[in-house]
Amino acid sequence: MIEVLTANYAAAIAAKLARVDVAAVYPITPQTSISEKLAEMVASGEMDAKFLLMESEHSAMSALIGASYVGARTFTATSSHGLALMHEVLMWASGVRRPIVMPVAARTIGGPWNIWGEHMDVITERDVGWMQFFCENNQEVLDTVLMAYRVAEDPSVMLPAMVVEDGFILSHTVDKVDVPTQEQVDRYLPRFEPEPVVDLDAPRRFGGLVMPDWWTEFRYRIAQDMEGAKNRIVEAEREFERVFGRSYGGLVERYRCDDADAVLVAAGSAAGTAKEVADRMRDDGKKVGVAKLRVFRPFPSEEIASLSTVPMIGVFDRSYTFGDGGAMFNEVRSALHGSDNLIKDYVLGLGGRDVTVRNMEWIFEDMLRVAREGVDRKVEWVGLRDGTGRW
Amino acid sequence: MYQTYRDLPPTPVTSQTTEDMPTGTWRTFRPVIDETKCTKCYTCWKFCPDLSMVVEDEDAYPHVDLDHCKGCGICANECAKGAISMVREEQ
Repeated sequence: MIEVLTANYAAAIAAKLARVDVAAVYPITPQTSISEKLAEMVASGEMDAKFLLMESEHSAMSALIGASYVGARTFTATSSHGLALMHEVLMWASGVRRPIVMPVAARTIGGPWNIWGEHMDVITERDVGWMQFFCENNQEVLDTVLMAYRVAEDPSVMLPAMVVEDGFILSHTVDKVDVPTQEQVDRYLPRFEPEPVVDLDAPRRFGGLVMPDWWTEFRYRIAQDMEGAKNRIVEAEREFERVFGRSYGGLVERYRCDDADAVLVAAGSAAGTAKEVADRMRDDGKKVGVAKLRVFRPFPSEEIASLSTVPMIGVFDRSYTFGDGGAMFNEVRSALHGSDNLIKDYVLGLGGRDVTVRNMEWIFEDMLRVAREGVDRKVEWVGLRDGTGRW
Repeated sequence: MYQTYRDLPPTPVTSQTTEDMPTGTWRTFRPVIDETKCTKCYTCWKFCPDLSMVVEDEDAYPHVDLDHCKGCGICANECAKGAISMVREEQ
């Protein structure tokens, strides 16, 4: 049924449709309305789940690890400082292989205070062993939560997943969302039946001390299963299309990339803006395209490497990590290592600043110029008030 | 036993439980319960992070599992009646 929903409500409804057993939450802007919607649905009896209001995000994640160990399908949501406070427990969740699914309404991390959208909170947690899915719109948020459970709980994966929705831009903006029926979702998502589980009749010790002689092998297993998750993600989407009739183009959606002179790699809601602008520029005979990065962990190296024939690759970074360019830029550059592409990092959309059609037009024009003239600078802070008047 | 990474369980798990880990040797101070002050409210049992406050039967006084109590003192701190004191181990 078509409903008009924010991404936050879409995420909460997805949790209900996924028949989540345990949700443990702590409120934080801009995620809070996910928690509120869950509380409302549990209180009214519409959703049959244990709802735990915790004293912190650290505790929320800890509670879910325990719940997952007894075989519960688990859910939480967070943003920003809340995600940062979870940091060490996020590594526990992946290290002991609990397939928790967590929407993140992506936001800045202070200071100074800024409650609005960017990807810094999520990018900071790229190394904790969680899968990271980036969504373009509210429909994709609902659909990706369902797909994330299917992938995360696959016995060959057993890793947690973040579903990223841009703070406010998606989290608080209503859009048309096709909400599937419970019967459809039940057909798509099998019950969660992990092995082994905590069993009072057969007590065992979970997540105890692993000595130096086996730690490397446990890390290798995670590395291997994270790589294997790429195929599971593609399969889960193929099956999703069969049941629900929608799909999103795999790990990287190639939008008008064939024969392009310049392609922008972009994740999140701005990928939609980029596609719209690419269409307009194509109408003017300018050959540009968009590679929408749907999954950042595991990183789709092969799909990015397949762009090696495109003369110029731009990378959109909605965060800055103070390294040799931004985080997404570096991953993309690494995947393209050895190819002849020109590549440039475009940093914008920080702290809730809009990524406008004009920004995107400027970026595509700049990329076409770089394709002709070569790279002028490694990192471009688009829209920076630098007094040059070039924006 | 495990030979390669392929043999490992998906999540680190052992058949041995913490029952077999005598963490009591870590202790510097031992909780001692004064049964004349204890009201059997079991607040200590509720707070003990190592499940070392044992209540055998309903209405029994709690006692300390000294094989596992690490001597953290949370029970003594939480006891509203001041019935638990922390006594230095002599050796």
